[in-house]
Amino acid sequence: MEYKPIRKVVSGNYAAAYAAKHARVEVVAAYPITPQTSIIEKIAEFIANGEVENLEYVAVESEHSAMAACIGASAAGARTFTATSAQGLALMHEMLHWASGARLPVVMVDVNRAMAPPWSVWDDQTDSLAQRDTGWMQFYAENNQEVYDGVLMAFKIAETVNLPAMVIESAFILSHTYDVVEMIPQELVDEFLPPRKPLYTITDFDNPISVGALGTPADYYEFRYKIQKAMEEAKKVIHEVGKEFGERFGRDYSQMIELYRTDDADFVFMGMGSLMGTVKQAVDVLREEGYKVGAAKVRWFRPFPSEELYELAKNVKGIAVLDRNFSFGQEGILFNEAKGVLYNTDAHPIIKNYIVGLGGRDFTVADVRKIAENMKAIIDKGELDVEVDWYHLKR
Amino acid sequence: MNTLFGEKKEGATKIVLKSVDEYPEAPVSLGTTLSNFTGDWRTFIPVIDDEKCVKCYICWKFCPEPAIFIREDGYVGVDYDYCKGCGICANECPTKAITMEKEEK
Repeated sequence: MEYKPIRKVVSGNYAAAYAAKHARVEVVAAYPITPQTSIIEKIAEFIANGEVENLEYVAVESEHSAMAACIGASAAGARTFTATSAQGLALMHEMLHWASGARLPVVMVDVNRAMAPPWSVWDDQTDSLAQRDTGWMQFYAENNQEVYDGVLMAFKIAETVNLPAMVIESAFILSHTYDVVEMIPQELVDEFLPPRKPLYTITDFDNPISVGALGTPADYYEFRYKIQKAMEEAKKVIHEVGKEFGERFGRDYSQMIELYRTDDADFVFMGMGSLMGTVKQAVDVLREEGYKVGAAKVRWFRPFPSEELYELAKNVKGIAVLDRNFSFGQEGILFNEAKGVLYNTDAHPIIKNYIVGLGGRDFTVADVRKIAENMKAIIDKGELDVEVDWYHLKR
Repeated sequence: MNTLFGEKKEGATKIVLKSVDEYPEAPVSLGTTLSNFTGDWRTFIPVIDDEKCVKCYICWKFCPEPAIFIREDGYVGVDYDYCKGCGICANECPTKAITMEKEEK
């Protein structure tokens, strides 16, 4: 069948709901939280209109229960989906470990939202990055199209390596803003994403199992190693699935870091999520003005694209890491990871951390230009002014 | 008997896996522990009287381990490698077909 995309004007949240529908998810368990709510409302609408078959929506009383229900459904062999934001994700934290530890490929959309207090519903990556060590893979979408594509790929990757995956979109900037999304006809999605083949199921009554059994010190360690092995395997799978997606549907996701005009760049801006759309636009403007700059958008944060980062860092004089997140007592989280990767290598560009856009603070092309001026001055001088720059701070 | 976590050997109280490659991909097992048989935690042992048993399988449903299995003849048996001797089966049995007796070791 020839691929003819179906163009729809949808919000990021609706893009996520359509992707879940096209992935033929069998169980959705979720609790509403702003700005995630309309994902679940749209899925409920699909069920009410009879647009989906074999989809069970489980209404729960909290996000902890939502993830618990997803784990049970996934252990029974179902393709399982949920969505949440900020405090809701934090409430799921304990169960996130159960999903990855039991090797259940649940896929979740997290609508990035700042943690309270102060109470906030706006964009900030600290909620998802705080779940860094739970064993979940993390994909950061730049636009509504990447939300849709990301969910479809996440299921395929997760079910190949048997680890859960998060697809992350920006609060309001993507979740509630409408844009054209090219959707894939159902038959072609079915070819790309065949039914799930679970490792084990709890519904094979002739061979009963318990999931999440006690592991004594003699055995626990080996299972941690196996999760790390699966994460390493995931890098290869991400490359293959991203390449296949590109060949079939025209959008290539084979690289875990998307490089934009970096070939001859003196320095690059590195970041994740929707803010990189602004950065790419700024790169075009800055190139016109004579700056040799590029953008490096980190698509997958877990597993971390260390090799790709090294290849990039070898060829530039500076990296400006834009973090819409912060780890208190230290620095931006992507910056922390990037520095860690490069320490034992021969690639040592000047690397500076700009904390931007926390709690939904606007981040514009003009801001990128100011950062470019600052980076150029640092590179010309050959030394950092400050390592961590609270860029927007009212001084 | 395959436990999904190595082969259960006659008289063994523990399955010892020597290499990470021997481990299954996901930590699933028959009992509530991965490789330790919990039968040696027991002080009291359930003894089943087949004559009183009405095959209601309430004990099978309630066993938290699950150490109770259904035998080929339809009556119930106990996997003593996993039974911790908690006595829930005896407590729940409607015909008092299960009694807990002090185990001689």
